[in-house]
Parts: sequence; structure tokens; C-alpha cells
Amino acid sequence: MTGALLEVDRLTVELPTRSGYQKAVDGISFTVDAGQVMGIAGESGSGKTLTALSLFGLLPHGARVGGSVRLEGTQLLGLRNSELRAIRGRHIAMVSQDPATALHPILPIGTQLTEHMRHHLGVTKAEALTRAAKLLETVRIPDPQRALRSYPGQFSGGMRQRIAIAVALAAEPRLLVADEPTTALDVTVQAGILRLIEQLCRERDLAVIIITHDLGVMSATAQRLCVMYAGRLAESGPTSQLLTSPRHPYTRGLLDALPHPEVGGAPLVPIGGSPPSLGNIPSGCPFHPRCRYVRPQCRAERPEPEQTDDEHLLACPPDPLRVVP
Amino acid sequence: MTPPVLQLSAVAVEYRRHGLRVRAVDGVDLSLRRGEIVGLVGESGCGKSTLARAAVGLEPLAAGTVTFEGRPVTHLTRQRRSQYLRGLQMVFQDPYESLNPRRKVGQLIADGVTLGGGSRREGLRRAAELLEHVGMPTEAVNSYPHEFSGGQRQRIAIARTLAAKPSCLIADEPISALDASAQAQVANLLARLVNEDDLGLILVSHDLSVVRQVADRVAVMYLGRIVELGDSETVWASPQHPYTEALVAAIPRADGAGILPTDLPGDVPDPADPPTGCRFHPRCPIAQESCRELDQRLAPVAGREIACYIRAGSARLAKPRPSSTATKRGSEV
Repeated sequence: MTGALLEVDRLTVELPTRSGYQKAVDGISFTVDAGQVMGIAGESGSGKTLTALSLFGLLPHGARVGGSVRLEGTQLLGLRNSELRAIRGRHIAMVSQDPATALHPILPIGTQLTEHMRHHLGVTKAEALTRAAKLLETVRIPDPQRALRSYPGQFSGGMRQRIAIAVALAAEPRLLVADEPTTALDVTVQAGILRLIEQLCRERDLAVIIITHDLGVMSATAQRLCVMYAGRLAESGPTSQLLTSPRHPYTRGLLDALPHPEVGGAPLVPIGGSPPSLGNIPSGCPFHPRCRYVRPQCRAERPEPEQTDDEHLLACPPDPLRVVP
Repeated sequence: MTPPVLQLSAVAVEYRRHGLRVRAVDGVDLSLRRGEIVGLVGESGCGKSTLARAAVGLEPLAAGTVTFEGRPVTHLTRQRRSQYLRGLQMVFQDPYESLNPRRKVGQLIADGVTLGGGSRREGLRRAAELLEHVGMPTEAVNSYPHEFSGGQRQRIAIARTLAAKPSCLIADEPISALDASAQAQVANLLARLVNEDDLGLILVSHDLSVVRQVADRVAVMYLGRIVELGDSETVWASPQHPYTEALVAAIPRADGAGILPTDLPGDVPDPADPPTGCRFHPRCPIAQESCRELDQRLAPVAGREIACYIRAGSARLAKPRPSSTATKRGSEV
């Protein structure tokens, strides 16, 4: 018996390209516990969104998936669509980047909230509406009764994202996957959404996977963090450890590229080059052409993530950033 | 002191929406010198992009003037843009949309030269030079935009504006569509160009931390007006306007400390129906009754200008401290 709500083990996703199948996600493993926020960080094309979509069986047409994804012990990979439909929304739910496209523009908020509840929980219409109003109150929408009769277009971006979160939570899922939930929002509004996610984890014991390239957002919300590069895990562990003493040169590079208020005016330190595209993934360690600590072995051998301590996984055998005590 | 390269005086921009006049920008004064980066920040809907577009003549002005090198910037119409305005160029947010996908990079950049009266040959030669200047391989002249990543495309778009030999660039969210590492590369490039080519740059961005890093001065906008304006470091180290304070407190820091940022409740009001008095008062944590009526304009406080009656008022009442230079001089004598 393990305590993890979600266990992802050596997940691979292969996409068809002109030059045959290419691994867009290559051997990703992680676990998420109830009440915990797990972050997946990486640049575009790192496979972080595909990792999330594979939990829902929503991969692009023709994609091949391997490995194992267990939710409360149930294997999700290979389930039939009818079986997945009973899990999507009910046990795992998703919030996407753009709340404008996540909500139906010409259905009232109330209908969109109660649809889920009635389908998955089998409650009456009246009961569903009562629950919906309560849910809107939880996500801090003013005047919930009126909001139930309103349409998405009548709300601002931040309010729409709160409503999208309410819709995702309607059938009381155990796991919420939030893909760049605040990227389209202003910082002031983002702060409110991050506080809401933290509150939901605490009060409802909800598990959350948050996907973003913003390490500031990770620092504020996620207890544990996976850093992905070119479909592979670069490094994973407690967020505080990864952000204060990163061991993978890519994590270090991402942090160095951020503005540092304490050294105002100094130029930013970008990572040279750009991430590889699918089909052009370098040999050996996929990060080696951009790595300033590159060694001959990095070009030849593909590093596997290895345990450095109880909670930390690192896919960088030379480990140039290790602090020697 | 050199005269400003770009001067905005009492600029107002209006839109029509359902027959109503909506003031997106309302009485903004801002000047920009060569070799200087002014950051323009604020939430979406605050009018920062509209102001940027008005500064290059892409939006007609409802009131006020914009002058570039002492001459008026007129609204861009179907008529040919005056030659003297070639020195005023704009970098757009999305390098996927601002570059014609069916033309080669060399041709795209050479346009900037031929439109200024140069020959086609001259244009292609300059294109190679400019690509090198923005840190791209010169062979890129023979490639198409789709062959490049977002960060590289933004470099190409910047090289294209440089072909017109500008003295002033207006960049509207030039890095927000890019990946983290590309953001740093393009931000550094802009800072280097301002330095090497002695350009003036207005950098519009919702990413306050990048603005802090590269801008010399920062203007914080709220609902069509500048509410705080000053040296980047001064404003950041101790924001004075409550809105700037809220913006700074809302930035999550990647320090691994697990601290949740502070949110600012409420939304930006509809510019068609702005609040009376101080426009920030409905969301302001320190608002008083008088803020509903008093429409405070920018006033000097603590080494920068802010539009806040409460803070400006208390600063006026506070005892002026003797400046350190005065005491020093006194002790020497």
C-alpha cells in the first residue's frame, strides 16, 4: 500500500512525425499525494503538456503511449473511452491556460457547473444548483446566485479562470491538473488564483499538478517540482531545494535567466541556443549542446534519472553543481 | 542636457464602443531621451499598449501631442508616412504574426533599406550586417521566418526595424510571447542596442521584473493614466503609489521560500465609466473619503512622481530632512 494518489512510472509518449515515431515524452516518473501541489516546469516543447494530457487519455491522434499511470491504484493507460469518461471530471479534472476557451460562451454558468454534478454524482437539479452556488462562493465569485444565470462573457479574465476552476471541481475530483493556469492573467489576478489553489489543497485535500514555465509561480505554490527538458526529466525534488541549490545545469540556467532584484541592472544570463525540436533531439544528454559543463560522456550516453537522496532525482551523471561538504 | 527624442504631452486616446466614448489613455505626459529605456507597466486594460501605439502614430489622438525629434507624429493613414518618422519604429509582440511568412528574412530586412531610398543590393548587404548585429547567423538571409524559433524571429523583427536606422524604438510586449531563456536573450539584446546605437526605447511589458532589470525609468499605468513615474531602482526599492505597491507584492519570487504572493482584490474598472476622484480608490487599501472626489495628478514624492493624494499629502506635511550633501558641504567649510 502506497500513500500516493497518482503514480506515474516511466511514461513515454511517441508522436508520429515525417521521420517516424519520435519520443515527445521519454520515461517520466513522479508521484502526487493528496493535498499536495506538484509542479512540472520546462520550456515549450519539453513535453510537460503532453504528460498532463496522457493522464486524461487526450493525446493527439496517432500518439503511442507507454509506461504506467495509476490513479488510486487504477491503471489509466489503455482504458477504453467509456471507462475514461467515468474518470475524467469525476476523479481528475483539468484547468487550461485560456479560460475564454474552457467555458462554453453561450451557456449560463449555472448549466456548465451543474452538468458535471448531475452526470457524475446523480444529484437532482435543485441540489446541483445549491452545490453550484456554494462552489462559486468557494472560488470567491461575488453574488453567486446572479453569477449562475450569467454568461462567461460577462466576467473578467480572472473571474473566468475562477469559474473554470469551479467547473473543474464540480464533481469533486481528487486531482486537479492546471496547465499554465495563470499565464494569460495579470500578476495581481495571478496572485489571487494561486492563493485559491493553495486554499483548495488545504481545505479539500485536493492534489494539484501545476504546469508552468514560471519558476516564481512554482516557488509560491508547489511543494515538489519536476524540471523537464526535451521530453525527459532533468531533475525533480522539493521545490525549495531545486530553487535554492539546483543540481542540473538546466535548472541552474533557468534560474540564472530570471531577473534578480538584488542585482538590479546587471544583464540577464540567458541559456545559449534554443530547445531542440521533436526529431532533432541531440544524442546523449539532450541538454549537452547548451550546457556549459558539458563533458565527453554527455554526448554519448543518455543519462537516466538517479536518486541522489531520499527525495531528489537527477539526470546528470557528472553532477558538476554538487556541493561538496 | 539633450532634448528628448520623443515627447508625449497630455496625450489622450479615445475609442468608440456602442456609441460611447471610451478614454483608453487620459492625459499622459512622458519624455524619452536617446540611450534611455523607459518601462511602461500595468495590468491589461490600463492603456499601455494603446499609449505605445499612439506614440508611433498608429492610433489617432483625442487630445495632446506627440513630437519626435521636435516634429509632430501624425496619425498613420493611407498616405505615405513622412520620411522623418522613419527614425521612430515599433517592435510588435508576436514575431509569428509580424513577419510575412512567404518572404525570405533577407528580403524582409532589406525592405527597411529600400523604403528609405537605398538599392536592393544595398538592402541585402545591410540585412546580413544587421542579422549579425542582433546575434543571428548571416546565412539566415536566405531562410524563411518559419525556420526559426520565437526568440530568433523576434531578433529578425528587431533587425528589420533597425534597417530604418531608428533613433527611437517602441516595443509592445516584445518578450511576452517567448520562452524563458529566449526572454532573457531578447531583453539583453534590446538593452545592448539602446547602449550601442544610442536609441531611446519605450518597453511595454506586464512582466515587472524584466522591466526592473533593463529599464532606466519606469512608468506605472492604471486606467489610462500614469500613477507613478521615476527611476527604476527608486520605484522598485520603495514603491510609493498604493497601486505600484500592490503590483510589486503580487510578483511571485523564485526563491524557493514558498511564499504566496499578495493579491489585489477587484478588477480594473471599465474605462467607459471610470471611478470619480482617484481612479484607484475602489481597490485602494489606504483610500479615504477624500479620494472619491480629489483627482490627484502626478506630484513629486520621495524622488519620483506619484498621483496619490494621501501619500503626496503626508509627504508635504512631513518635516523636510536636511539633504546629506548640504551637511557635507557645511562641515567642509
